[in-house]
Amino acid sequence: MSLLMIRKPKTRKGKKVLLAREPQLIESARTMLFVDGRKCGGHVKQCMKDLQQLKKPLVKVLNRKNDITPFDDPSSLEFLTMKNDAALFTFGSTSKKRPDNIIIGRIFENEVLDMFELGIKRYQAIAEFKTEKIGACVKPCLVFNGPKWAQTEELRRLRNLFIDMFHREKVESIRLQGVEHVLSFTVTDDMSVLMRSYKILLKKSGQKTPRIELEEIGPSADFSIRRTKIASEDLYKLARKQPKQLRVTKKKNLSTDALGNTKGRVHLGKQQTGSIQTRRVKALKKSPEEKRTDRQKKKVALRAAAAEALAAAD
Amino acid sequence: MDVVKAVLEKHQKELDKYKPITVEKHLECRIDVGSLLITDPNDFDDRQLANNKEEYLAALTRENTQLLVNAIWELPTERVDESIVAKLPEPTTVLPRLRKPPGPRPLTKWEKFAKEKGITKKKKDKKTYDDVLDKWVPTYGFKRAEAEKDKDWVLEVPENADPNTDMFQKKMDLRNEKVAKNEIQRMRNIVRAKKIDMPRSGYLGPEAASSNQLLTAVTVAKSSTASVGKFQSKLPKEKEARGLGVKELIPGGKRKASHITAQPEREANLDLIKSVLSKKPKIDVDKAISLQKQDERIEREAEGANRPAKKGGKKGKGSRKAVGKKPKGHQGQRAPGKKGQTGRKRR
Repeated sequence: MSLLMIRKPKTRKGKKVLLAREPQLIESARTMLFVDGRKCGGHVKQCMKDLQQLKKPLVKVLNRKNDITPFDDPSSLEFLTMKNDAALFTFGSTSKKRPDNIIIGRIFENEVLDMFELGIKRYQAIAEFKTEKIGACVKPCLVFNGPKWAQTEELRRLRNLFIDMFHREKVESIRLQGVEHVLSFTVTDDMSVLMRSYKILLKKSGQKTPRIELEEIGPSADFSIRRTKIASEDLYKLARKQPKQLRVTKKKNLSTDALGNTKGRVHLGKQQTGSIQTRRVKALKKSPEEKRTDRQKKKVALRAAAAEALAAAD
Repeated sequence: MDVVKAVLEKHQKELDKYKPITVEKHLECRIDVGSLLITDPNDFDDRQLANNKEEYLAALTRENTQLLVNAIWELPTERVDESIVAKLPEPTTVLPRLRKPPGPRPLTKWEKFAKEKGITKKKKDKKTYDDVLDKWVPTYGFKRAEAEKDKDWVLEVPENADPNTDMFQKKMDLRNEKVAKNEIQRMRNIVRAKKIDMPRSGYLGPEAASSNQLLTAVTVAKSSTASVGKFQSKLPKEKEARGLGVKELIPGGKRKASHITAQPEREANLDLIKSVLSKKPKIDVDKAISLQKQDERIEREAEGANRPAKKGGKKGKGSRKAVGKKPKGHQGQRAPGKKGQTGRKRR
């Protein structure tokens, strides 16, 4: 429990909710909040619905229309994301000045970190593609085409944001047959982002690794980048800082040789040569003959002593 | 040699039946297998992009996905249930967190003190054997209050207290006080941890404060001078704050009186020794005179009491009782057992 909590929770459920909102060592999968603007319809609405489909179940959809202008005043969005425990948000609206407007962004410490306003130039929904679809909750492969992605800071951030949005959760292993979905993002010379989504078909290739064939499913969209608001270098660096405890510490006494065998070093302490146990050393063990002669000697001595005692008594 | 060549040729022919899985690229693509990501920095074929955009994009994506899948199939695999699973490495793209990583918890005042002194927590037993009730009773938690009530079904009222006091209410009030004090300490710990500047008297602002709090705040502010408010002028009808806990807030309010006297210490000590060691008793002349007068008066009273018993009625000097006389003040030192004159009222 945080020491700095002013209002203590009265119920067990409330306590769990408040604990989940505190800084954690390993953070859970990031959910996305979908918010409607003053007017939201047509392509924007369809685009948001498809994104929800892609990101299920890590979504939280708010149904009411909100009179928010995120670029002027992000505080309402910050409040909504805080209350709904969301790390990412999508705000869709349409107006005469900015038709088919979609704002995607992410949050750090209850404040907006990055925000990108994209205009939908052309959109084809999932429903318009009459092909067999893939199941839900599939981790997609992400492909970024074009030299422009690494050229400007804005586009680098946008690439990071897209990865954040679509990569779902971090997994440790993946079923080889489960590599089914691929999303591709292309930036053309006129700064428009083309998003395409394909289904992967694994074909025979005569070798272990299959040949890939693609079939277009899912949304196909052409975005134009309108306004952006990106965090400063320092804040971005701070946000990406990972806790020290997660850093892997190498075990120092292990090494692997050229053949792949793991070798370890075991360290014994210093030997106390002065106080080694020297009793019962086999070399000094008495042989049976020696034992017999010893016994006989003892008997003789006893008899002599007894005779002496008797003589003395008399 | 021929056998090897023949085998290789056969292998190649087989492969030719199928479409190739190798991809030719000008520049190397950056692959992050841990997050299933590939970034292709190669330039586009602008003509194709303009003419048949969708096919070109599909082909480009196919090539890049092929490269990624090749990388995935290189990974070590294991069999889980009935499927083959590849173990992914750690992702290389660093994504920002939602919150800062948790820092070390700041210690409370008690925790700091306990750490210094080496005091460790002692775990309480859940149940203890209670001799009065003759059963195992929980020390905390579920059913403890019940057990307490069982034990204290009657509380004695002590001799020196009012017989009508409600001892149960007193016990509850004591406990509530402790709870309130604990809350205040907890808040203070939070203020200390967050390094917030809070005024001493807990003054929250003109809207939230009651009249008593305002008065306390004014008193504390006035006493926050170098001479502890001695020379601060007061308004004609201004009152001082009174009540519990105000003295603690006034800076220096809890300080004891100074032991430094007006007379220099050396002389004071010498005087003391002199008075103890000198054989001559110090005579307080005024006290002697008043004691002498008192003795004489008592004698006269005694005589006055005897004479009326013998003669009856002759009013002499002696029979003059101290009835009409003004009672003596004795310089404020009244003998404890002696009751005052019952005749005349002291004013």
